[in-house]
Amino acid sequence: MTGGALTFGLFLVFILVTLAITVRARVTTRGADDFYAGGRTFTGPQNGIALAGDYMSAASFLGIAGIIALNGYDGFLYSIGFLVAWLLALLLVELVRNAGRFTMGDVLVRRVRRQAPVRRAAAVSTVTVSVFYLLAQMVGAGALVSLLLGIHRGERFLGMGAGTAKTVTIVAVGALMILYVAFGGMKATTWVQIIKTGLLMAGAVVLTALVLGRFGFDASAMLGSAADASGKGEAFLRPGLQYGQDVPGDAYRTVVNKLDFISLALALVLGTAGLPHVVARFFTVPDGRAARTSVSWAIGLVGVFYLMTLALGFGAAALVGRSAIVAQDPSGNTAVPQLAQAVGQHVGGRVGGDVLLAFIGAVAFATILAVVSGLVLASSASLAHDYFGQVLMLGRPRESQEVAVARFASFLVGSLAIVLAVVARDLNVAFLVALAFAMAASANVPAIVLSLFWRRFNSAGVVAGIYGGLIGSLVLVFFSPVVSGKVDPVTGQSLSLFPTGVDFHLFPLENPGLVSIPIGFACAVAGTFAGREKADRERYDDLSVRALTGAGSQ
Amino acid sequence: MRRRFRRAAVVVTAGFLGWYLVFVGLAAFARGFMARTVAGSVNVALLLGLLQFASTFALTWGYLVYARRRLDPLAGELR
Repeated sequence: MTGGALTFGLFLVFILVTLAITVRARVTTRGADDFYAGGRTFTGPQNGIALAGDYMSAASFLGIAGIIALNGYDGFLYSIGFLVAWLLALLLVELVRNAGRFTMGDVLVRRVRRQAPVRRAAAVSTVTVSVFYLLAQMVGAGALVSLLLGIHRGERFLGMGAGTAKTVTIVAVGALMILYVAFGGMKATTWVQIIKTGLLMAGAVVLTALVLGRFGFDASAMLGSAADASGKGEAFLRPGLQYGQDVPGDAYRTVVNKLDFISLALALVLGTAGLPHVVARFFTVPDGRAARTSVSWAIGLVGVFYLMTLALGFGAAALVGRSAIVAQDPSGNTAVPQLAQAVGQHVGGRVGGDVLLAFIGAVAFATILAVVSGLVLASSASLAHDYFGQVLMLGRPRESQEVAVARFASFLVGSLAIVLAVVARDLNVAFLVALAFAMAASANVPAIVLSLFWRRFNSAGVVAGIYGGLIGSLVLVFFSPVVSGKVDPVTGQSLSLFPTGVDFHLFPLENPGLVSIPIGFACAVAGTFAGREKADRERYDDLSVRALTGAGSQ
Repeated sequence: MRRRFRRAAVVVTAGFLGWYLVFVGLAAFARGFMARTVAGSVNVALLLGLLQFASTFALTWGYLVYARRRLDPLAGELR
């Protein structure tokens, strides 16, 4: 039980430190610039560290290492997609920073004639993507914390069973994220993010060094022993254990599996540059060059981090072993905490194991808190700035009014996320992250890219592209095997959201990206031509000068 | 300047998307090739994966240098 108490103590320390930062940030947050963009005083490197933090969610820290530990090489494919995606962000970041002010909506309206429908679409898309992503993180938080405190399977902590602990965790995480955002705005959120990235990188470096040390710093030896321990031999080090499986004798299923894998890869790569909390962070720096610097810092940090997930994942497979990992959590999310305990024990005995486990647990908790805060901030900014300020108040709200609405919106979005997450606390929501990426790639990326690069694009095109991509990906997922009709051939249990027997799936792929991204682009183009409204050439030229040079941007 | 930026953007995008899709395609359809051993427990798949990391870093660095040398001065003039 010492391990659980120690973890809990470290949670408390992190919460106290970040609340102190929030109070400080509250004092210096006055206008909209401060609230939405942290006063644009963050330097490129600072913002880059925060950007990397926004991106490295608990899903990538614990999830990817877990997939590697259980399925070997296929988890690494995830890491690669997540990293390569940043090159698109690198190309777009300066233009987006220069063209916009606080939100994606600001970028999209810069060159169109009719603002209101575009703003509305941008707000709808931002909030939808954020809420799906939030839900995944918060449900994950509930499951994770009850595991870390050692209260899964009947054990108790502070008198709580696992079910209560999940609910309490979700509500506590939700309340904290609302506090950070509503009071501290972008300043507090960014500092929370910077501290968390520091903790996460430190934890990963220590663990990686300890793991590699166990194998005499011979990576090949580690891989070999992971492959032996996995019981799958060499296949463990090759693609294909989980994604794009070959089904002998069923050519159709084989092709579907492979397309599904390619679809996932595509959404990962194109989705990043459209994630609301990533886009929101492009605006916190003083100019386009600082924005470029921040993305290059993010690429460096994210790259080094994902390289370390290799050591963590394969190390866990070798040192903890598949059966021990699956016994704690069938999806592998506890592989890294278990690895921490194992290598800690090797170095410092029982106490060493507990200390390292507690530290990694606290890092995971900090990660969840920081990422959800970024999401809530992005959606409340869009609701207040795009919808309230520009659509309802026709662009004439007082700044203090708009910030007050943004604070209130963060309560609304946060509370909605808490309620949904409590309702969904026992569902497997891992697919929500993939869905959020697919929606960002199909709805936001076409609108952003075409706004910046296509002279003929107009407001009808923006609106059609956003709704088309959003609805397209939602409908495809609803009629996919994720929601109904997927049955485990061995046990006969349902692998979908609906129980066995309910089957209305029409679309074979679990990841919609391969179809929904082209739908998003096609709708944007079709909308442009159907809209018949002439594009405003002058404003487009204005936009390109501003985007490329930063002239006139704030 | 627009032309220069677009050329750079097209080169970088084509480079990373193409190379990434080739890699994903290999992972899906060329399992035998990916499984070949290079040294010890390291196989082609792992090596290509690490190369993806390396190429990402290289492209980032290349773009940063290009932007600093060729784009920033032009942007400065235009402002």
